[in-house]
Amino acid sequence: MSVKTKKKMAPRDNGAPDHRPNLHPLMLKNYGKWDYHEKLRPGLLLYVAESGDKLWTVRAGSPRTMSIDTVRKICDLADKYAQGHLRFTSRANVEFSLANEDDIEPLMEEIRSVLGFPIGGTGHSLSNVLHTQGWMHCNLPGTDAAGSVKSIMDQFINEFVTDDKLPARVKISASCCQINCGGQADIAINVQHHHPPVIKPQGVGICELPKVVAICPVAAIRPRQGDDGKTTMEVVDEKCMYCGACHGQCPTMEIRDANTDTLSIWIGGKNSSTRKGPSFMKLAMWGLPNNPPRWPEVGEALQTILDCYKSSAKQYERMGEWIDRIGWKRFFEMTGFPFTKYHIDDSVSARSTFNTSTHVRI
Amino acid sequence: MSEKEIKAKTETPMLDELKTGPWPSFVADLERYSEKKPAVGQLLGQLEQSYEDRWNYWQGTVLNVDGYGGGVIARYSELGEQYPDIAQFHTIRVIPPPGWVYSTEKLRELCDIWEKHSAGIMQLHGMTGDILLLGTDNKTTFEAAEELMEKGWDLGGSGPALRTLACCVGEARCEAACFDTMALTKHLTDNYISELHRPELPYKYKFKLSGCANDCAASMQRSDMPVIGTWRGAMQINQDEVGKFIDDKGIEFVIDNVLTRCPTNCISLKGKTIDVDNDNCVRCMHCINVMHRALKPGKDRGATILIGGKRTLKIGDTMSSVLVPFMPLKTEEDFTKLTDLIDSIWEFWGDNGLEHERIGEFIARVGLGTFLEGIGLEPDPQMINQPRTSPYIKFEELTGSKIDGEPEHNPAVSNEEGEMAEKAI
Ligand code: SF4
Ligand code: SF4
Repeated sequence: MSVKTKKKMAPRDNGAPDHRPNLHPLMLKNYGKWDYHEKLRPGLLLYVAESGDKLWTVRAGSPRTMSIDTVRKICDLADKYAQGHLRFTSRANVEFSLANEDDIEPLMEEIRSVLGFPIGGTGHSLSNVLHTQGWMHCNLPGTDAAGSVKSIMDQFINEFVTDDKLPARVKISASCCQINCGGQADIAINVQHHHPPVIKPQGVGICELPKVVAICPVAAIRPRQGDDGKTTMEVVDEKCMYCGACHGQCPTMEIRDANTDTLSIWIGGKNSSTRKGPSFMKLAMWGLPNNPPRWPEVGEALQTILDCYKSSAKQYERMGEWIDRIGWKRFFEMTGFPFTKYHIDDSVSARSTFNTSTHVRI
Repeated sequence: MSEKEIKAKTETPMLDELKTGPWPSFVADLERYSEKKPAVGQLLGQLEQSYEDRWNYWQGTVLNVDGYGGGVIARYSELGEQYPDIAQFHTIRVIPPPGWVYSTEKLRELCDIWEKHSAGIMQLHGMTGDILLLGTDNKTTFEAAEELMEKGWDLGGSGPALRTLACCVGEARCEAACFDTMALTKHLTDNYISELHRPELPYKYKFKLSGCANDCAASMQRSDMPVIGTWRGAMQINQDEVGKFIDDKGIEFVIDNVLTRCPTNCISLKGKTIDVDNDNCVRCMHCINVMHRALKPGKDRGATILIGGKRTLKIGDTMSSVLVPFMPLKTEEDFTKLTDLIDSIWEFWGDNGLEHERIGEFIARVGLGTFLEGIGLEPDPQMINQPRTSPYIKFEELTGSKIDGEPEHNPAVSNEEGEMAEKAI
């Protein structure tokens, strides 16, 4: 469909590249006319169009951060087998769509041998972890994300390359500050700070004071007259909830602390409206050490959660739905994770998270 | 950090541990590539230092290409002396083709441009959905941007602006898609390219488009305005395929995994056929996912428009909520209706929103009722789970004067940001 746009674009406002020339020829030909698909095996899907055309799609996990050399190697395989086209998924998997069934095996062989990418990520698998920039390129991070993702995916490679070992798909995200760019997921690994920002004296003056004061969600920051007569800031410790919003606004408000920052694990987030609909993730475990290069304590906790989930969830039950059914009591019993007063919400909407019935599991 | 002296690393023992294991290693890839681009080796050196110290050495700053208010994520290394080639090491965000589809020709073009001007690292893709190109300095950023734009690429959004849009594969390869996600992504991007490049909004605004309730673009909580495909009327049922499915999987499977999983209990079995109470089907997609040969979305398709999703700062996580239960998105007029709605939302939010206030926070502050009035939309019971339970209501039609005829002087409710936000914590 061509729609004329309302505003004229400025000379260099190119807008989004046209998807049509970037589509596999069979995707373009059968656009809007797909009939059904089948999961043939892990990492391999068959799409059948109303016209009868068949398109096989092979999905592989990528490390997301890649050198130009690696991206070119991906292009080489797409040229050789996938009619010169490819696609990335929202979870940084790469998909090659093939017009010829005979190309599946050789392509899969080369994905493994040339790219070193595992094939999978379809159906009820643990898919590639969404993650943020971390120490590689963010200005705010308390930890790295790419490294912990590599470690998680090494550990759970079998759950990536199979599609029937888990009750439903498991989506994981990793974020390196409390802004949590990684977003809602079945399991999320997030940084936790443990004291108010320490104001770096040399930095005061580089940021607009009113903006720093205004950014604080709990109004914990206020201007103060410094000893030298200049206006500076102070943080009211009792009000501050260590969120780090001010640090994002002004690097002077140093919220991170290599000696005290820890990691927390949140579970049960879901975006899709399937069954009972979307849900937020909830705190499962806190106080894990920020332990590069492989964060083994995080891996251990994830293993525990996934083992319990596998053994007790029903088919098609996402992590949050499973816990809704079995209850948090059972969850903490099964995992052996301590349930503490910090698991109890104390925000304004806290009461909506309390058990206001006599429904108890005894 | 302590004042210890930091030397440039020649070895990276901690990162080396990330070269082992079955998952592809970004460390191994970048290390190989560092033979061509020394900056990449220095990047790994600084990263090793971060791993060792559990500390970050990047500073953020602002760098803008002429005529643009965003799109470059500028970073300076605090260890520029030790690692001179990454002293300035910026990221350019580039708008990808909708749905992240590429011809190798276009992707190779991007590689060529990037190899010429930078350290040659790509991320496909960032959390925003942008193509992230890493590794330019204060000069090459502009050269690379210039060449990108000459070849028809464009910079992505950053800061308090419209952000780069993202969508699922949709009609290009998915039988469940209820509208053309790619076409609408392109249309909205092009229509609002000025808002994307030049921050004019109170704060960031993200659209994510999914062709159905499976929400493969993860729009519900990760965008300010999800557009999610749905349909009106009956879903399509192929009873022969239903019969085959029951024969194949057994009746218990259908009961346990289809019937009892429907959130509104609207599926019933009649022998080897099924009956769907279409008035109560909430288009959740579960049964269609499980029995996808037998069931399909209905033929009269469109989308639900939602609003207000975001991550936790400042008022806590917000899930998007329904704004327009059903909107057809087929024709030029349909698209215009959607952009008219967006225009009125941005106008009201632009006039009344506070700086740094996301649309979800704005609605939480002024109230959904006020918001609807502001944008000229009628209230609809589908926007809520239930009517209010709190009895303290100011009925505009009924208040206004006291019994003795004296005008009412209720104090205005405070809308001070700090006070509201404080209550919300
Ligand atoms: S860390 Fe959060 S709560 Fe504390 S002062 Fe900064 S913005 Fe306010
Ligand atoms: S969101 Fe729906 S339409 Fe889009 S790809 Fe996923 S299943 Fe298909």
